[in-house]
Amino acid sequence: MPLFEAVLLALQTIRTQKLKSFFTMLGVCIGVTFLIAVVSIVEGMSLYMENDLVGKLLAVNTFEVRSRPNVNIGNTTEEMWREYQRRPRLMEQDVAPIVATLPPEALWAPMSSDGNISATTLTGRPKAVNAYNTTRTYFEIKKMGVVTGRVFSPQEDAMGSLVVVIGKDVKDHFFANVDPLGKELRLGNLPYTVIGVAESQGSALGLSFDKFVVAPYTSPLRRLTNRQKGVIDAVMVKSPTDAIMTATMADVQEVMRSVRKLRPGEKDNFVLETSSSALSFFAKIKQYLVLAGVVLPAIGLIVGAIVIMNIMLVAVAERTREIGVRKSLGARRRDIMAQFLVESTTLSILGAAIGVALGAALAKIIAAVSPLPASVALWSVIVAVIVGAGVGIIAGVYPASRASRLDPVVALRSE
Amino acid sequence: MSSPSAPESLTETAERRIVSSAQGAAPEKDWVIVTRGITRQYEMGGEIVRALRGVDLAVRRNEYVAIMGPSGSGKSTLMNLIGCLDTPTSGEYWLNGKQVSTMSDDALAQVRNKEIGFVFQTFNLLPRATALQNVELPLVYAGIASGERKKRAANALERVQLAERMSHKPNELSGGQRQRVAIARALVNEPSILLADEPTGNLDSQTSEEIMRVFEGLASQGQTVIMVTHEPDIAAHARRVVVLRDGLIASDDSGDVYRTSRMGQGH
Repeated sequence: MPLFEAVLLALQTIRTQKLKSFFTMLGVCIGVTFLIAVVSIVEGMSLYMENDLVGKLLAVNTFEVRSRPNVNIGNTTEEMWREYQRRPRLMEQDVAPIVATLPPEALWAPMSSDGNISATTLTGRPKAVNAYNTTRTYFEIKKMGVVTGRVFSPQEDAMGSLVVVIGKDVKDHFFANVDPLGKELRLGNLPYTVIGVAESQGSALGLSFDKFVVAPYTSPLRRLTNRQKGVIDAVMVKSPTDAIMTATMADVQEVMRSVRKLRPGEKDNFVLETSSSALSFFAKIKQYLVLAGVVLPAIGLIVGAIVIMNIMLVAVAERTREIGVRKSLGARRRDIMAQFLVESTTLSILGAAIGVALGAALAKIIAAVSPLPASVALWSVIVAVIVGAGVGIIAGVYPASRASRLDPVVALRSE
Repeated sequence: MSSPSAPESLTETAERRIVSSAQGAAPEKDWVIVTRGITRQYEMGGEIVRALRGVDLAVRRNEYVAIMGPSGSGKSTLMNLIGCLDTPTSGEYWLNGKQVSTMSDDALAQVRNKEIGFVFQTFNLLPRATALQNVELPLVYAGIASGERKKRAANALERVQLAERMSHKPNELSGGQRQRVAIARALVNEPSILLADEPTGNLDSQTSEEIMRVFEGLASQGQTVIMVTHEPDIAAHARRVVVLRDGLIASDDSGDVYRTSRMGQGH
């Protein structure tokens, strides 16, 4: 019997006993539902981390020279933290040697920032903002455009003019219904003129990336973002291509080591932070989460396989007469075997398919009611279907082979 | 009753010759069934039951044969062997010039598919399938494509006057109609033998007559029919009646002879 017809026959059998079929596939269905839901959420978190959270903080092909990591996703022990605290800070005079070693096409920008600077206007309520002192190249490195206005001019950069580019949240807070361009925003009691509003940077895990103001590096805001004279938070470097990023980072590392006068074998007391280094710990967590997401549903699938095997054994017993009839009409062992195997596999794949749909729905519901994101990974769907088929085949082999070996004379005599 | 008693009426007949010809030799083409001393033993509760104890039977193409006998006479066993559902413990069984007594399970399945059309007492239609789907089944196992299958199954149903009931399920059909679907299913592969096991056992006498008319029609069209029954009036429709008793052929006569001289002895 061709496979296609065997599947049709199986579907027909399944359709005529809907409730029983439903219970038969329940185990596989639940297993796959959780597989898909857990993997979707882990995958969603991972995508979120990569694209939104870390990607927003650290742009593509970009690294930041810092004294200590800026992005810490839970991987810092107390000991590490104490070591970070002892490190010498990055100084403004370190910038020149770093820049000297960069390839000519590389972009770079110095940066000092503080996450809690109070901004105010004469009329508005004060608001805590992320304040950045940097140069106009910052916008280029971050690929951050403006929706209205402009970024700093080279002159404003050079002179440290009292101008700011503000994020969407800041604009909405102070200039909800008015054109912000040319308006005054007070930072540390000095009036800054708003010259541009940046494109929305979105948010991740409930944190907005639009709550910022950016002023020229040499503007007086610099005294607020880093109170110690000469200390700088980071030098951002964007490598022109992915290919030379590693070489550029190696060069910068060498320069920094000589600036810091580190002996060979001594550990770096600075970091070159990239999005992948920031994500390394999350990648480790993700492994465990995916493992849990696979192992727990596996238990459901094993139970599902046992259920299917039992139901198929019952089906073989119930349909002994039918098997006898089919054999008398010319069905060979392999025809009977195929019929029951296809039936158990169809049931199981159907269960898996329903599980995929339920799992995806569950993931979406979780994503909707919690800050956890969800993204249904194609590989998990493929794994689910393959696993579904595998469970069906494994669970079906024994009942099917029992059916195929029935003696037609005995089978025809059964009630 | 320990040895086959050769009835006086059957002297040096063709059947005797073909059966007693050399062991292992393929019979001439005209003989659909030739068994040579087939036996069948079962073990049941530690005891050996000798259901058939050496049956020699030869059936020519186009014959209409009834196999009779009381319960326990071995007629069901003989039918299973003739229908290739079972293989003999010893002896030879030639079906259509091929020795099937030594074939494997799957080879027998193919022989059943091509050579034999079964009609059962309890119809044995698949309850969830329509009449047409039931009739299609042997063609499915013969590997015939769907379109061709439907056509041939529809033709077979037409032959038994059930063209209008094709899409009905067995539970929507009367007993007689069900048996006619079963006959259509048996005929759809154009088998060498139509093998019926108590085909009227579950039918009232009027419907039985109707089914017998179908059988007679088929026999007159040249279909070889072998029918197992324990009802003398049903057996009387056949042109030859073989009576089994205790695993041996007790008599083998034309239907007329049976009707006139042996009525009632089967019970």
